Amino acid sequence: MSLFLVQSLNGLQFGILLFLIAAGLTLVFGVMGFINLAHGVQYMIGAYLTFMFFQWTANFFVALLLGLIVALAIGLACEILIFRHLYARDHLDQVLATFGIILFVNEAVKVIWGPSSLILPPPDILSWSFEIIDGLQYPVYRLAVIAVGIAVAIGLYLAVFKTRVGMLIRAGATHPEMVSALGVDIKRLFMIVFGFGAMLAGFAGAIAAPMFSLEPNMGDDLLITVFVVIIIGGIGSIRGAFIAAVLVGFLDTLGRAVATDLLKLVFDPSAANQIGPALSSMLIYILMAAILFFKPEGLFPARGAA
Amino acid sequence: MLATGSHVLSNRQNRSIALGVGILLILALTPYWAGAFGGSYVVSLVMKAMIFAIASLSLNLLIGYGGLVSFGHAAFLGLGSYVTGIAITEGMTDVIFILPMVMAVSGLFALVTGAISLRTSGVYFIMITLAFGQMLFFTLSSLAHYGGDDGLTLWDAATFFGTAFFQYDGGLFYAVLIILALCWGFVSLLSGARFGRVLRAAKQNKLRVETMGFNTFHYQLLAYVIAGMIAGVAGFLFACQAEFVSPAISTWQRSGDLIIMVVLGGMATRNGPLLGALFFVLVEEALSLVLHEWRLIFGPLLVLIVLFANGGLAGLLRRLGVEE
Repeated sequence: MSLFLVQSLNGLQFGILLFLIAAGLTLVFGVMGFINLAHGVQYMIGAYLTFMFFQWTANFFVALLLGLIVALAIGLACEILIFRHLYARDHLDQVLATFGIILFVNEAVKVIWGPSSLILPPPDILSWSFEIIDGLQYPVYRLAVIAVGIAVAIGLYLAVFKTRVGMLIRAGATHPEMVSALGVDIKRLFMIVFGFGAMLAGFAGAIAAPMFSLEPNMGDDLLITVFVVIIIGGIGSIRGAFIAAVLVGFLDTLGRAVATDLLKLVFDPSAANQIGPALSSMLIYILMAAILFFKPEGLFPARGAA
Repeated sequence: MLATGSHVLSNRQNRSIALGVGILLILALTPYWAGAFGGSYVVSLVMKAMIFAIASLSLNLLIGYGGLVSFGHAAFLGLGSYVTGIAITEGMTDVIFILPMVMAVSGLFALVTGAISLRTSGVYFIMITLAFGQMLFFTLSSLAHYGGDDGLTLWDAATFFGTAFFQYDGGLFYAVLIILALCWGFVSLLSGARFGRVLRAAKQNKLRVETMGFNTFHYQLLAYVIAGMIAGVAGFLFACQAEFVSPAISTWQRSGDLIIMVVLGGMATRNGPLLGALFFVLVEEALSLVLHEWRLIFGPLLVLIVLFANGGLAGLLRRLGVEE
């Protein structure tokens, strides 16, 4: 039971991280019709920049703030120099260009910070454990990540559904030509969305850094999981991304924890040990394939298949 | 029913066929010119590029002509090499048995997953094919009896009527070359035939094609099965070359590489996949000889190609006048 509770908290916390990355990706995809494979790189950049500023300032929160500002600047620079010229192009040209950026940035990170993994300690004020129930300690830092993630999610919800810019973004996701025809500077709107998404991914990387180790390519596998999230949620839908992120976070974390044991109820132990890990890695893909089979445009489609 | 009957060949088609044949001839002569650049190492590298070219040709049928962006094509490389690996481990080494089995298994997998995937379209098609690719990857990783994560070393080599034609130190180079030439010709013919025209028309406007009475689903599914079978053969050749099979051949990164090769070379062009695969493998290798951090050059190079060479390498050649 206590194992289940811990794994549920871990699942929720993984889901929150996924959401922070997915929010930007789904908006960029939905509003601009742009496939940005380099979004995972922004996550990595956020983590490494925070690490670097922490070494300089020895203060986690200052480092986080500086990291976010620089991550935003890098995101905007990429938008202005490269991505802006690709919005009107074929999706696959976008894939090729952003793939090139992944190769470059991953290698650059390896050159600057070295290929081995690095560790960023959590801030002192949060580096203690909390007794949730008797005899069960849970790191406060992880609870703080969950709280901050939920706060950001609520803030994002208010920004997208209650503000004027949010209204334009939602309109842009469903009817971009119409929004442009009404005299909105779509170029500036795109830049705001892009920069904001890049910063959120960088933020996710920065707050994830004390929980996982930093390594080059850390964004690659996560990127694929985040794509699964935005497809399940429906492209361009913030609400869908949130629900799908939590769903995928739980399924993946709990699957890894219990799949092998559950299989042992049906199969003999050696077969279960063999199938378990493979099956638990497969679960989120099975979920996505099943959802697309019944709902070919995800759970909350915001626009037709791009 | 072929549109490319000799009397209707345009000047441009002539040039692109000549370019393709020229590339194949240069490849065929590799063992002779490679001596100047490092001998068997270069031959082996060119062989790897040619096998990738076979897989890219098949993917071009889907991405280029069909508009069906499969992000799980490496699954067929995995299937092809594992069917080969398992057959050889179990004592069936004759290519006469292995190759039909590879094609049957790849074709069946393509038939089932294709029928499900084709319910979706656009980006959702990309992701559902990724899902099936990942499922296969994790399945291969869990085959503990056949090496699991670590892969499977092949202690025997494939035989062809008792000869070493499909063995690395035998005639494998020419076996790969012949299969590449056959696939190149086959995909060229197919894209010009009625089948290819329906496929291309469905890419542009599915509704119109269906209104004309074609069942686009059948055409697209058949294209998916054919592409899967060809990629399965490429997987078989990888197993013959490396004498080793591992799940790493079917990672999503590998599927991504194949897409990159097709897009880089030029989608829906006769020679694009050849150019893309050769460029990808050979330039990557050449850069890595010059600079250990070769990705710092290769990455921006890809970005520049996209920004300034719309239509990939084949498009670039066309504008330089080679194909027009």
